[in-house]
Amino acid sequence: MSGLSPEPSQASPLPAGRPHPQPELGEAPRLASLAARRLPLADPRQQVATLDALDLRAVPHGGHFEAALAAAGWPALRPARLEIFQVNLGKLCNMTCRHCHVDAGPDRSDAVMDRATAEACLAAFDRSGAHTLDLTGGAPELNPSFRWLVDEAAARGAHVIDRCNLTVLLTTGARDLPVFLAERGVEVVCSLPHVRRRNTDAQRGEGTYEKSLRALRLLNEQGYGQGDPRRVLTLVTNPTGAYLPGSQGSLEREWKEALAREHGLAFDRLIALANLPIARFLEWLEASGNLQAYMELLVNAFNPATIGGLMCRTTISVAWDGRVYDCDFNQMLELGVAGADGGTLHIRDFEPERWAARRILTGRHCFGCTAGAGSSCGGSLVEPK
Amino acid sequence: MSDYYKAEHLPSFPTIAEGQPELARKFFDYYGAVFADGALSAREKALIALAVAHAVQCPYCIDAYTGDSLAKGADLEQMTEAVHVAVAIRGGASLVHGVQMLEHARKASM
Repeated sequence: MSGLSPEPSQASPLPAGRPHPQPELGEAPRLASLAARRLPLADPRQQVATLDALDLRAVPHGGHFEAALAAAGWPALRPARLEIFQVNLGKLCNMTCRHCHVDAGPDRSDAVMDRATAEACLAAFDRSGAHTLDLTGGAPELNPSFRWLVDEAAARGAHVIDRCNLTVLLTTGARDLPVFLAERGVEVVCSLPHVRRRNTDAQRGEGTYEKSLRALRLLNEQGYGQGDPRRVLTLVTNPTGAYLPGSQGSLEREWKEALAREHGLAFDRLIALANLPIARFLEWLEASGNLQAYMELLVNAFNPATIGGLMCRTTISVAWDGRVYDCDFNQMLELGVAGADGGTLHIRDFEPERWAARRILTGRHCFGCTAGAGSSCGGSLVEPK
Repeated sequence: MSDYYKAEHLPSFPTIAEGQPELARKFFDYYGAVFADGALSAREKALIALAVAHAVQCPYCIDAYTGDSLAKGADLEQMTEAVHVAVAIRGGASLVHGVQMLEHARKASM
C-alpha cells in the first residue's frame, strides 16, 4: 500500500508572473491550484477523459457505473425528495489542501459567488422545499454574502450547515464567527482528516493540525460539541491516501475518547467521506502511480445498498456562477443539469417539478460514493458489515 | 515451483476453498468475526495483526494489514510502533533464552 504520503512538501513551484495572496498566520503556500499552474487537469473535460481512458475490463461491469447501476436494478438514477440545498460560494480558500476536489485556494478569487447570484439562490431555496441550506466552498466564510445568507436562512427556520475548514476561524475578519454561528444555531461541519497530527498536516499543510485544535476550542467555548442540537459540531474525516475510509461509528468512538483525553476537546459526531478521483486528488493519484489501483478498489467495492441513499438524489448543488448540478462532484466536472435552453440550468430558472423529473448524470467518479459503506456530504450511507 | 511468494496469491486467497469448501467457509467466517469491532476497536485489531504479520514474517499479511491499518484510521507513527512491539518481543524472546545460557555457563564454569 503506497497510499501514505510522508513527504508533504513535494509541491510544484508557484507559477511565475501571477500574484498569489499571502495566506495569513505567516505560512507560505506550498501548492498552487491546478488552475493557477495552468495544468491540463485544470480542465474538467480532461479529468473525465483521464478516468474514461483507464482500462477497467478486469473489474466488474468493466468499470462502467451505468452498467453497475443497471445490474443493481437501477436502469436510471432518479431523484428522491429534495432535502439539501447546497450552495458552493466559490473556490476561494485560505488553504490549498493536496486532495481538494474543488481545486480551491488563495489564488482562486476568479470564482466567487456575487450577491445577485446569492439572492437567486435564496429565492430558489424558498420554493425548493429543502429543509437544509448547506454552504460550502472553498471557504464559504470568505464570501461577502456568507453572513447575509446565514441570517436569511436562519430567519426562515431552516437548518443551516457551514462546511468549515477550521483554520479560517483564526483569520482576521473571522474572529467573531464562532459567536455568529452559535447565535444562529448553524451546524458547523469541520474538516479534520485524522485525529492525529501527521496525516492531517500531510493532507492540509504543515501546522494545520495545531490550528484546527485551536479553532475547535473556540467552537467548544461557544457551546459547540456538547450535545446541544443548536450547537452541532460535526467532524469530517477522509483518507490521506489511496484507500477507503474506516468505519464511521468505530472511528467516532475512538476520536471522542482521544480528543477529550489528549486535548480536552469535544464534538458531536464524526462523518467519514471517501475521496473522489477529481481535481487535485486525481492529480495526486496519477503522480503517485495509484490511479489504476484506486479505481479498481472503488469498482470492486461497489455496494448496491448505497444507491438509494446517494446524496445526488436528495441534493441540489449550485455553483458560484449560479449553474446547477446534481452534486458538488458533478459541479467540479462541469456535468451540468440541462436547462430549458439546452445549456446548464441557472438557479434563477429553477423549477421544483422539472428538478424532480430529471435524470441524474453519472460517470466513473460516482464509484467513489458507492464503495464500501458509501460516501456523501452526510458521511457513510450504510452500516459496515 | 519456479518461485515462491507471489503477490497475486493475496487476492487469490479465497481460492483455497477449492479443496475443502466447508472448512474454508468456517475459517473465513471466523476470520471476519475476529476483526469486527468488539472490546478492541477494528483499528486496534488491525495494528495487532500488523505486528503479528512482522513477527511471523508473512509478506501477504504485511501488505494486507498495512493497507487495513491505514484504512481503519491508524497513522504511520502508530503502525511503526506496532512493528517495534513485534521487534521487541522477538528480540526479547532470544535474549531471555540467554538466562538459560547463563545458568548453564555458571554451572560449567569455575
